Amino acid sequence: MRGSMMVAATLLVAGASVTGFAAAPPDKPIAFNPPPFSAIPKGKFGDEVKLGENIFRHTTVYAHGIIGDRLNCSNCHLNGGALADSAPMWAAYPAYPAYRAKNKKVNNFGMRLQGCFRFSENGKVPKLDSPTIVALEAYSYFLATGAPTGGKLAGRGYPKLAMPPKPANYAAGEVVYKADCSLCHKADGSGQYARGQTVFPALWGNDSFNWGAGMGSIKNAAEFIHANMPYGAVGTLSVQQAWDVATYIDSQERPQDPRFVGSVAETRTKFHDNKFSMYGKTVNGKVLGAQK
Amino acid sequence: MSRSLVTYVAVGAAAWIAAISAGSAAVPPQIASCASCHGAAGLGNAAAGFPALAGMSSTYIEHQLYDFKHGTRDNEIMKNMAIGLNGAQRKAIGDYYAALKVPAAKEPDPLPNGLGAEIAMNGDWGNKTTGLPSCDSCHGPYGVGVGDEFPRLAGQPKAYLAAQLNDWRSGSRKNGPLHLMSYVASKLTPAQIEAVAGYYSKLSANPNHLPKPGDAGGAK
Repeated sequence: MRGSMMVAATLLVAGASVTGFAAAPPDKPIAFNPPPFSAIPKGKFGDEVKLGENIFRHTTVYAHGIIGDRLNCSNCHLNGGALADSAPMWAAYPAYPAYRAKNKKVNNFGMRLQGCFRFSENGKVPKLDSPTIVALEAYSYFLATGAPTGGKLAGRGYPKLAMPPKPANYAAGEVVYKADCSLCHKADGSGQYARGQTVFPALWGNDSFNWGAGMGSIKNAAEFIHANMPYGAVGTLSVQQAWDVATYIDSQERPQDPRFVGSVAETRTKFHDNKFSMYGKTVNGKVLGAQK
Repeated sequence: MSRSLVTYVAVGAAAWIAAISAGSAAVPPQIASCASCHGAAGLGNAAAGFPALAGMSSTYIEHQLYDFKHGTRDNEIMKNMAIGLNGAQRKAIGDYYAALKVPAAKEPDPLPNGLGAEIAMNGDWGNKTTGLPSCDSCHGPYGVGVGDEFPRLAGQPKAYLAAQLNDWRSGSRKNGPLHLMSYVASKLTPAQIEAVAGYYSKLSANPNHLPKPGDAGGAK
């Protein structure tokens, strides 16, 4: 007891002598709440934040001509990227620059956003100083107001999900999909629209993310689904059901990986050589990724 | 008594004539009684809190009639109306109302704001994925309705909308796909119900032009 108090006292002294950084990031994730949307400031900077919010929530309208599918950023980052456990932007923003195995280099935040446009939005890649990227950075910076850099924020990404009790299964996933997902996303995965606006996003097919997107990983999809779906009824799907339905969704055809190197087999070896990607695998007699 | 019967017949006849002039298929005989509350043109009665049926999805109307009959949507008047209907009759009634047009009208300017707009467009998440999603995220921008299963909220009477949310909360209404509305309504406070019902009641049931999303005062 006395020993630990002494250690604490020493740390306190050490802490007081350090300016600007802690010796090591804390192990415990840091709780964080983003500012309310009503706190977006007035003026030029606030206008940029608002534009970023609009691009984020209504990507099909505000990034029309850039994106190649019909997905809004907020379809995978709920509540406009402000929601814990839904890959919030306030947790992503202070986590960059960072090394990414996906492109084997240190990425700044703008480069990370570019990745979303290339894969998740199946679109063109806006330049780092383009109005689109700058506005999204401004919005993310606003959401991260007060968030520390260098420490792990609670609620970043999607919550880790235990492996399923039984191996994830396509046929079981199809049953889950028809019962719990097709109401909104339709049996053919094409989503639903009202007055030309995306309401329920396409989960596969031409209007959905391409084979290079993070959501094409069964693991990512299962984590997202378990923590975020069905909308309004989160918690009604079991761990097993989340893995099964993620397997079903990620075993459907979707736009080609823009990193395609000439053959599906080679592209799989280069970019999809892991058990969570169905790219290049044969499902229902068809090789996934072989379409066009 | 006799006066209401006269009104009843007159209103029903008007609906019948309206449908004929619109070139619709044969009018189901039950429409006369529907029209006495839901209006000859199916546009409802805001003062009395009777919802519009015109332009709603046929499937949705069919399902509601089934659910009134079988008690998963508890309403004495509608139960009496629905109890004698078979599947073909429910479908005919649904098809009839789905085909009725809602006159186009502008959204109010300025758009309603405050708590109701906030719940409708942003929900109330509390930074938790188990929080309350926005109503528009399923019912479409400005509550215009989406597909067969997510009915239009825009322009429905405030009293009707509030009553439905309260019924889901209390459990007297427990129908609807995946029990989504039972979950959602349980997350709403009485003040939020009042506000969001008021918000949608002020919107155009058939806006001729949707404000650009994200514009000042527009949808989030």
